[in-house]
Amino acid sequence: MKKIQILGPGCPKCKALADNADAAARDLGIDYQLIKVTDICEIVKFGVMMTPALAVDGNVKVVGKVPSADKIKGMLS
Amino acid sequence: MRDRKKFLVLAAIFLLAYFFPFDNPKLGNAILEGFRLLQWYAIHHTLACVVPAMFIAGAISTFLSQASVMRYLGPRSNRIGAYAVASVAGIILAVCSCSVLPMFAGIYTMGAGLGPASSFLYSGPAINILAIFLSARVLGLEIGMARALGAVLFAVVIGLLMSTFFRRAESDRSAAMMHLPGAPANPRPLWKTVLYFVCMILFLVFSDWYNTNDVTITLADGTVLEANIRYSRPASIDVQEYDSTGHLKGEVLRFGRDQIKQIAEKPGFVMTVHGVKWYLAGAMGILVLLMIWRWFSRDEVMDWLRATWDFGLMIIPLLFGGVFVTGIIGGLLPEKYVAGLVGGNSLASNFVASFLGMIWYFATLTEIPIVEMLTRLGMGQGPALALLLAGPALSLPSILVIWKVVGAKKTVVFCVLTVVMSTLVGWVFGLVGT
Repeated sequence: MKKIQILGPGCPKCKALADNADAAARDLGIDYQLIKVTDICEIVKFGVMMTPALAVDGNVKVVGKVPSADKIKGMLS
Repeated sequence: MRDRKKFLVLAAIFLLAYFFPFDNPKLGNAILEGFRLLQWYAIHHTLACVVPAMFIAGAISTFLSQASVMRYLGPRSNRIGAYAVASVAGIILAVCSCSVLPMFAGIYTMGAGLGPASSFLYSGPAINILAIFLSARVLGLEIGMARALGAVLFAVVIGLLMSTFFRRAESDRSAAMMHLPGAPANPRPLWKTVLYFVCMILFLVFSDWYNTNDVTITLADGTVLEANIRYSRPASIDVQEYDSTGHLKGEVLRFGRDQIKQIAEKPGFVMTVHGVKWYLAGAMGILVLLMIWRWFSRDEVMDWLRATWDFGLMIIPLLFGGVFVTGIIGGLLPEKYVAGLVGGNSLASNFVASFLGMIWYFATLTEIPIVEMLTRLGMGQGPALALLLAGPALSLPSILVIWKVVGAKKTVVFCVLTVVMSTLVGWVFGLVGT
């Protein structure tokens, strides 16, 4: 099961990223778990400074942007 | 959980509608004040200032590479450069106020360290493009500039002091690799990007061009006054008179329109530009449109518009809501109370303003209508600046987050430094300004 981690303290951009990631994963039909990481110390442990950020199974894929669901699909496969 | 929330909201609205004493004249007036202040902002500030600034913020986050700025704040960056960049980086990096705290944490643990991180935290929220322009426009050019310059200069001071006090804190630095967004290839030469931003900013500068509000008033009874208009209503105006040495008298006089025979603007360079400001702004606007048409791809324009819209959605409801609530509370707060706590320019009133700024949470830009209202109720200019400096950087919720990231001692020192610096700067500004 793929772990999709959305890193961000909870502003609208983080929510948009979560929605797009959710849509992308559902479209691909994969088995996934969407986790929202809002604790700043946890976010820093990923090596991320600019939120929102997206990580898949612990690997940071996108930092500081909200990519569209299509672009996220590429990162999930 | 969501159903429970909805129920609570409905119950709250019901109770409010059931019990609220709408007939109470003070409350009724306060609600009207809320709407009046909202209308003032809608008419005078939204189209000329907030909307263009939103487009600029959208452009900054779309076209300016935040990654290249971040490189100056990395772990191996030149220390002096890091402080300089950290204190002004807020303009580019802090466009979304929610990202200030993660960036602070990142710079502290993986980047240039506690000093530059503290500088960034202090000035970032204060110098985002919207805050600067709206402050200058609503509160006055002097305090707007004092806010921007004060935030940048004292950010460096605070950063240096923090890193001096905590020289041996290097052990907290994590070895984690900093993930920066890859710096994109620049599709157009730098000068084109710069020119594009210059024109947009000039548009904002011209549309916000300072109206000195200095006038010569001839009253119906023949008296002539040299004065400065503080606030103008359909039926009356509030002015402060100039004394013989050219300083403003503290007392605010209110004249009904029927008492006034004539109001004449005082001429000068500022007012001359003010007269043609819309032509100048319009010229800039046309230039920007030309540049968009010739230099930017359709995708880029769509990205820019989308970013602008996202900012608008984030900021406008909060700003309008904040203005409305501020107006209501302004109608309820007794002036004596405000003047007593933060009036004049004593060190005490600057300190109170600073301290309040530290604990109070200001949603993006709401510090501006709040300071405007408090000033009208009697807050002095010095304490106003103190509030503007201490307010955006800190709030009870953000203090808790900072505590978790850097620990109790550093948080306490940062808060103390912020309050002390803001108090002093406010006090000096109050002395110099009047």
